[in-house]
Amino acid sequence: MAYAANENDARRLWMGVLAQSAEAELARLWSGLSGLPGWDHLRRPEVGLVMVRGRMGGDGGPFNLGEMTVTRCSVRLENGAVGHAWVAGRSAAHAEMAAVADALMQDPAWRDVVGQKLVAPLHRALAAAQEQAGRKAAATRVDFFTMVRGED
Amino acid sequence: MYVAVKGGEKAIDNAHALLAEERRGAEEVPELSLAQITQQLALAVERVMTEGSVHDRELAALALKQAQGDAVEAIFLLRAYRTTLPRFGASQPIDTGAMTIRRRISSAFKDLPGGQVLGPTYDYTHRLLDFALAAEGAARPEVKAAETGLEPSPRVTDVLRHQGLIEESGPGADIPGDLTRQPLNFPAGRDLRLQNLARADEGFVLALAYSSQRGYGNTHPFAGEIRMGEVAVELVPEELGFAIDIGTITVTECQMINQFKGSKTVPPQFTRGYGLTFGQCERKAMAMALVDRSLRAEELGETVTAPAQDQEFVLYHSDNVEASGFVQHLKLPHYVDFQSELEMIRRLRRENAEAVP
Repeated sequence: MAYAANENDARRLWMGVLAQSAEAELARLWSGLSGLPGWDHLRRPEVGLVMVRGRMGGDGGPFNLGEMTVTRCSVRLENGAVGHAWVAGRSAAHAEMAAVADALMQDPAWRDVVGQKLVAPLHRALAAAQEQAGRKAAATRVDFFTMVRGED
Repeated sequence: MYVAVKGGEKAIDNAHALLAEERRGAEEVPELSLAQITQQLALAVERVMTEGSVHDRELAALALKQAQGDAVEAIFLLRAYRTTLPRFGASQPIDTGAMTIRRRISSAFKDLPGGQVLGPTYDYTHRLLDFALAAEGAARPEVKAAETGLEPSPRVTDVLRHQGLIEESGPGADIPGDLTRQPLNFPAGRDLRLQNLARADEGFVLALAYSSQRGYGNTHPFAGEIRMGEVAVELVPEELGFAIDIGTITVTECQMINQFKGSKTVPPQFTRGYGLTFGQCERKAMAMALVDRSLRAEELGETVTAPAQDQEFVLYHSDNVEASGFVQHLKLPHYVDFQSELEMIRRLRRENAEAVP
């Protein structure tokens, strides 16, 4: 998979993919990675809330819609690379895998392997699910005809 | 006033054991799993998330299971749980214009860019009980997928806005007020009113919206647009300094378009009411949009005459956890209060009898 020239944009993309993917799918692909370096927690997986904001009228100033559960985690690999994760939901395992993957993606020795075996397939799965949902929705698209009223 | 009483521990324990037995129902019937509830009672889960004000399907399903399907009790459970968690921060405002649309309709425009998309709806169903569902494993119609997905669907209000025909929403404050952090003061800003309505009881908001349509502060609304689908939630973690996606949530948005407002300097424009909920809570989003518009009466120079336009009335009575608590507190022992009332009524009757010759 190709990453944006800007390192922050690239990281934004993979962190988003890791957070949005289903935990089961992430765990399945994770188990296919071998020889991973060890890591320490800078911040153990921690569950909390993030207030989700909307916009008044959809396009105006912000307002607080309601909270969502989020788990965050930070790790440091043996070689010093630091990874962070913020993942919707309450799964410590998901947040930890996402944080380690974020660290690995910043490590030149691991980026290609983790990118190809983990991030790219997850990204494809998300895109495919979104595309499928879009095509199902499109099948329910209607054209309403206004009837001519019988007025002479 | 109620007073503390002692005793009853054993009766309480036994009552709760009895409740657990009733909740489980007959042993020969399989127990519900949380996955079954999140998958097959999704709209109940989404109502609990919206009014419980915590987006977490599994927690909402657990709350529903624990409450035997009582939505208001489940909402209470979720609200209580949220107080045990730390607040990490706030998201960037979600962009409903960038929604992955699963449903999108307008009753104002027949033809609009992106089209009318029915999605999974109860509209146009006959509301006849489907006995095929009573038999488990019944066949269901095949779901069709179009060759291609949907084209971009700009918000209807954006289309009207570009032509200057509808009012601007205004930038508001950078950091909106938060009802969960500060007490409600009046007059309340629209940010606080929308937060209150988003967590408000659906039945209460629905009834108020209905009252406004029936003439108690009519606002002449059109459902300019209703859209439902997935939006990414972005947040800027301190350690990164740039926004990342932390997940995707389903939301329903309703834009009501209402009759005009103009002045000597501004030509007449449509006014707006706004509704937004977690999940697929379309009735709630529509009712919220109607009540949001009603509550803007004062700002738009309308005379406040109806309950739906009265901020204090609406915002103080919309929360079903507070309302349920106050109504149900009447079950607590009021023995001393009642004793004094008993004494008073006996005295009055005695005085009455003595006064009669």
